[in-house]
Amino acid sequence: MTPRPASSREILIATIADLLTGVRTVAVGASSPIPAAGAMLLRARNEARGRERIRIAVLGSREHNFFTNGAFELFDCAAQGRIDAFFLGGGQIDGQANINLVGTGDYPRTEVRWPGSFGSAFLYYAVPRVILFREEHSRRVFVDKVDFVSAPGTSEGIVRTGGPYALLTGLALFDFDKERKRFRLRSVHRGATSAEVKANTGFDYDAPTSPPITVEPDAETLALLRGRVRQELAETYPQFAASLVVETEA
Amino acid sequence: MENLISLEALAAHVKDAASLAVPADRAGVAMAATAAIIAAGPKNLHLVCVPVSGVQADLLIGAGLVGSIETSAVTLGEAGGAPRFSAGVRAGAFRLMDATCPAILAGLTAGQKGVPFMPIRGIIGSDLMKARPDWRIIGNPFAPDDPIVVVPAIRPDFALFHAPEADRFGNVRIGRQAELAAMAYAAKATLVTVERIRETSLLADENSAAGVLPALYVTAIAEARNGAWPLGLWGEYLVDDAEVARYARMAKSPDGFAAYVEAFVRRPRAAA
Repeated sequence: MTPRPASSREILIATIADLLTGVRTVAVGASSPIPAAGAMLLRARNEARGRERIRIAVLGSREHNFFTNGAFELFDCAAQGRIDAFFLGGGQIDGQANINLVGTGDYPRTEVRWPGSFGSAFLYYAVPRVILFREEHSRRVFVDKVDFVSAPGTSEGIVRTGGPYALLTGLALFDFDKERKRFRLRSVHRGATSAEVKANTGFDYDAPTSPPITVEPDAETLALLRGRVRQELAETYPQFAASLVVETEA
Repeated sequence: MENLISLEALAAHVKDAASLAVPADRAGVAMAATAAIIAAGPKNLHLVCVPVSGVQADLLIGAGLVGSIETSAVTLGEAGGAPRFSAGVRAGAFRLMDATCPAILAGLTAGQKGVPFMPIRGIIGSDLMKARPDWRIIGNPFAPDDPIVVVPAIRPDFALFHAPEADRFGNVRIGRQAELAAMAYAAKATLVTVERIRETSLLADENSAAGVLPALYVTAIAEARNGAWPLGLWGEYLVDDAEVARYARMAKSPDGFAAYVEAFVRRPRAAA
């Protein structure tokens, strides 16, 4: 029996698992169900395939978080190069991969205020493979220049071992070229077009003439995602895990 | 135990212009004590969020108690943005000291060690450096061409948090929440609320002793059942999502907030 085709969120989760290929330890910040699911999917798939073991620290989880030194441990681990991958988002992300988690308008009395920079002004510098993830793909989010730099995409003249690796949105997947400080469109998700991506992106980026469709999860990956991963996810994100079921059954 | 006092007496420690370090939502937030503090109404508090806050900071801000806030974020999590924090930012209602999580932890570490500052990687090139003139960039004294940020020590007047239990000797179980210890080490005084008081010493058993904040640091303890509500408490109970969502809705308007806070402040007294 052929499985139901992947939903748009399942494609995002499977893409994250693919982007994490080769990492040993991945951390996931608070309120990040799709990145958490992607990390859990890679762990489950590697186990099924007899590949290397993945360690995951999901902040906010009791079961899927091995830290015992409180709020310090993620940052101390990252500082020592023990975290291979992490996820950051942003109310605004610009073409140089600068991210803004603070707000729009003139700081400090920003018209729209978001929660704040969290650990970004440290982790973006320290974690080698930072995956920028933002489901909403619009000119409101992807701007030419962010109003406030919570953390810059690149740096010169300082110790910096980490930075942007890829940008994943609800429409497309981009790679980041650290030398040129530019994104390059890698693929467009099923149902979207490169013209749609262009129209909804407020910064310039490189793109192939006809970008491929984002790789979709195979049957084995989908089965893991709909089985073990959804169960694991439900501990920290019960509502999100339930919504995944509804989506695939609809 | 002479430092076991009522919630109201514990709240009365926090006077005008006091600085108060509070933990993130998951680490054990003293919400019942927050209600008692709002009832007492000290003004111009300096809030240090370790390293972020949620409904606690939003309530204190909305009630007009906060003169300045150092934080890496204020958010209600799944329930959305923090409405009174956002409105206060727009209105310039308090002095805003935007930070990043490990910088606040580094400041507390300096505080606990009694040194004036702590170096920390990253941050250079972030607009946080413009927002924080008290943070500086120095040259690594041990290596050439290595600029690094230093943040000043944080020494709050009070650390305030909620924990599952204390023993009658004043020792408090903090489990894996190591930042609670850092807050207490760095603060001049520590105020703790707990679900219950136990008769036997937490330090008597090696299995529990490692996750215990010794009484040396603890100034006062008050018993408060469900003292983190509507937030959760590790190992005890989960966050009341529906209640946080209700707060998020009501706090969107000043009138809705006023109605919420009035009922919230009355609640622990009715339960006591």
